[in-house]
Amino acid sequence: MSRPQHDHEGRQAARPRSPTASEVWDALAEIPDPEIPIISLVDLGVIRDVTVEEDSVRIEFTPTFLGCPALEVMRDAMAGKVRDLGAEPDVRVILDDSWSTDKITPAGREKLRASGFAPPAPRQVQPLRLVELQRGFRCPYCGSSDTRLENIFGPTPCRSLRYCTGCRQPFEQFKTI
Amino acid sequence: MNARELLEIADDELILGWRDSEWTGIAPSLEEDVAFSSIAQNEIGHARALYELAARELGTTADELAFDRDPGDYRSAPLVEQRRMDWAHTIARHYLYETADELRLEALKQDEDPEIAGLAAKMDREEQYHRLHARMWADRLRDEPRFRQALEEVWPLALGVLPAEQRAALAQRVEREPVAAVERNGHSDDLRELWEEMTMVRRSVPGATW
Repeated sequence: MSRPQHDHEGRQAARPRSPTASEVWDALAEIPDPEIPIISLVDLGVIRDVTVEEDSVRIEFTPTFLGCPALEVMRDAMAGKVRDLGAEPDVRVILDDSWSTDKITPAGREKLRASGFAPPAPRQVQPLRLVELQRGFRCPYCGSSDTRLENIFGPTPCRSLRYCTGCRQPFEQFKTI
Repeated sequence: MNARELLEIADDELILGWRDSEWTGIAPSLEEDVAFSSIAQNEIGHARALYELAARELGTTADELAFDRDPGDYRSAPLVEQRRMDWAHTIARHYLYETADELRLEALKQDEDPEIAGLAAKMDREEQYHRLHARMWADRLRDEPRFRQALEEVWPLALGVLPAEQRAALAQRVEREPVAAVERNGHSDDLRELWEEMTMVRRSVPGATW
């Protein structure tokens, strides 16, 4: 059981200390992606930076796709976590090319695979070609690479639809961005 | 790039996003239903980001720019205003617009304002998938007389999407002869009708927070 903290003259501390950046990262790691809840925002790599200032915590956040409807939900969830830690949130949405599917952490990729999503291929310098999307991706269920592209587009902007000829299982793939 | 030029692109993406979404539920196949719905969502996302940049310069908000202007104040190109067309015209517009947009983004990525250049780079990553989709369909329909006729009809409108200095590059990229462009001045009744629907909820309770 914790007792109220007192300083050496016996006064109760006026307010809690600011959280550390590492405490903020830990709290953000508890926020699931609103549309693929198996993976957290930290796994997804969309949090570019956390800066703790006197009374506020600044978070730089890079959306996956600009039209992602989960953007506001993510922003509110991050702000909520910072408030829970007793600080004022300052969440900044960064609209540039600094997020890529390459930022998904190895743990995040593994979680995607385990829940039936093929992780994205690495970003390449040259433009995407349809022929490269059509073959060669492993089925997250049976591991066969005998899979085909069914639709470049899927239920959310970040997903494509594929089909595994090996185990006859449709599955989704995270698009490379 | 100034706010007025940003608005042209933002308006194109918003209005085309609405037009693309008209296929939701009624496209020729379920796969195309999903594709056009997803493309629509991306285009409207791009419009939002562009409006946010323009809004900062103009001292307003993205929502006010998207919904509170009179239809006559929109800067969208006639190409994107056309109401849902048949599939041949839809693919013709999609193919020509996405190719024009590719050229526009190439220029925008070199903009001296790093925020604009950064946003253009992000948009271009997403647009790659639109281009793959558009080209796949254009290849598939290449020899269909209805598609060839649709390309003829849509071509002058597509040229009007770009500033004059980028039109020759578009003609070269889609292997067509340049013709007189239909410029972005004046709007069709199609836009007025779309605007009525698009802004209906917002106009119903002015100033409300949803």
